[in-house]
Amino acid sequence: MAKLPEPVERLLDAALVGELTVVSPSGRPITYPLIPLFDGDKVYLTSSTLFSRKLEHIAANPRVALSITDPVATGRPDRATLQGDARVIDEDPHGGWERLLPIWEKKEPSIVTFLKARVALPLFFERALIEITPRRVLYWSDGASAAAPVTTLVGTEAA
Amino acid sequence: MRSTTELDARAGLERLRTYPFQVLTWVGPDGYPVSVAVEAAVDPATGSARFAAPTGLAVPTDREVSLTGSHIRPQPGYGYDERRHVTVWGRVAAADGTLTLAADHAWGWDEAEVPFFEYSERSLPQSRKYFDALSRERGTPVRPKLSFGFLTLRATRLPFLTATIVPVLLGILIAASDGAFDLLTAVLTVVGASFVQLAINVSNDVFDTAQGADDANVTPTQFSGGSRVIQYGLVTFRQMATLATVFFVAAAAVGLVLLALRGSPALLAIGIVGFVVGLGYTAPPLKLVYRGLGEIAVAVGFGPLMLLGAYVVQTGGSLSWEPFVASIPIAVLIALVLYVNEIPDRRGDARAGKRTLPVRFSREAVVTGYRVATIAAYGALVLGVVAGLLPIPALLMLLTVPLALRVERGLRPNYDNPYGLMSVMGVNIRLHLYAGLLLVAAYALVLVAEAVAPGVPLFLGR
Repeated sequence: MAKLPEPVERLLDAALVGELTVVSPSGRPITYPLIPLFDGDKVYLTSSTLFSRKLEHIAANPRVALSITDPVATGRPDRATLQGDARVIDEDPHGGWERLLPIWEKKEPSIVTFLKARVALPLFFERALIEITPRRVLYWSDGASAAAPVTTLVGTEAA
Repeated sequence: MRSTTELDARAGLERLRTYPFQVLTWVGPDGYPVSVAVEAAVDPATGSARFAAPTGLAVPTDREVSLTGSHIRPQPGYGYDERRHVTVWGRVAAADGTLTLAADHAWGWDEAEVPFFEYSERSLPQSRKYFDALSRERGTPVRPKLSFGFLTLRATRLPFLTATIVPVLLGILIAASDGAFDLLTAVLTVVGASFVQLAINVSNDVFDTAQGADDANVTPTQFSGGSRVIQYGLVTFRQMATLATVFFVAAAAVGLVLLALRGSPALLAIGIVGFVVGLGYTAPPLKLVYRGLGEIAVAVGFGPLMLLGAYVVQTGGSLSWEPFVASIPIAVLIALVLYVNEIPDRRGDARAGKRTLPVRFSREAVVTGYRVATIAAYGALVLGVVAGLLPIPALLMLLTVPLALRVERGLRPNYDNPYGLMSVMGVNIRLHLYAGLLLVAAYALVLVAEAVAPGVPLFLGR
């Protein structure tokens, strides 16, 4: 995958929450706040099966967008929207997602404690991964829409 | 059942305007969503939101777009809290560089209004749907999982075994203080009585599921609402029914061995009544808990029946007033465990026709009922000691009065907050456990005193 712009990678590393938008069968955008997880290559999100309607939408239409900003964590107002293709990884909803636990823990340290007590809320920890392969990034250095975004093509889009 | 997420347009806008900025989203001509931050002037009265058209991006006016507000409060070193979000959909009209969204409908969630645990419970159908689809896709059942240990703990509600251990130990010790003790049958009594409770716990889930009570409950807690292993898809209904049968059979088998070893008409009668009350607690046709008789059934079953049963096994059938009087405070306190645990379940129970006492009575009546019952429990203890039926060290149980007061004080402010009530339920369970263990300790003291200093008066008037 062609590398994401550095400020966007920084945002992905820092942002506690991003807004994932999927497209419903009727063509409506549906937005879900989720924790973005970036492993230096792909962008991931995870969803409990309890809140899995988004996964159904992605399976039907993989085109998604992820909007991220986090002035609290980064001290900067910048914002990025990644457009890309999503893939649902749910071969093992019980434990497959745990490979991203170290990244998740950096943003939400308490998740490890909750996981140890998964008996209390077992379905929350039956999860799928959403892997996003970015195609295009829109970036606003000041976060405001008064200026046009800087658009960067990545991945196959850039080839 | 109310939806946690669907909102009308006006309610959505009311929420949306509380956010400092919104994320405008639409689906672009290439099929990918586009999101951009805007600062909208939201007006619920007119059902609209106005904002400057984003520069360099064409917002479509021929299809739905959305405005989303979302909030989270970071908690360094922990994670976050104060989660809430709302999305409002509608079409936009453009004029003079300004876009106006005419709101059509909305959805959102605010954990201050619907706690996360309740939101999760209300989302169970979506999880079931997902696993059903996965199963169809793979051609083999795919189910949520828990480790065997966790699943056993959850399905059997093992930690609640204290309700059995306390009265059985007490019955054995009282018998020992009367000079009757047999290790083998004592152990078998603990094992058999534990099987009885496990059978009741599991069959309770089976019958509550069959009658819709557990499905109707969207505010279960650590202490209430059943094990929910069937609702979560961790175990099938049939597996739970089988497990309940296995526990009942195991309990009956141990009971028969005890009858063979220490048989007496009293033990047989206690066993039969225990079986009827245990199974009839939730099972038709008795359905005692559905008729507001659950507290009495639990009091009888986990008070006199358990305690006297353990006692007569040791004595070979002879009964006395002492174990019966000792069982009264234990019976009342275990009934109060159920009573308090039913408070958060009352709405779901009412929907399922489960007419428990908190379903039947007002908040004031329930809180007053708790106070009266705890006074009765401690009153029975003191009267038992004064009458010379219980040993003086049994007054150690009075050390638990502060716990009872904590529970009573916690009931009223948390009555409508299942998750706030959790700590109160925890204290109430500890109250029963500690009270029982203090009585056990009292009888241990009696045994020691009888051994090292025979003749020391341990009962008033004796």
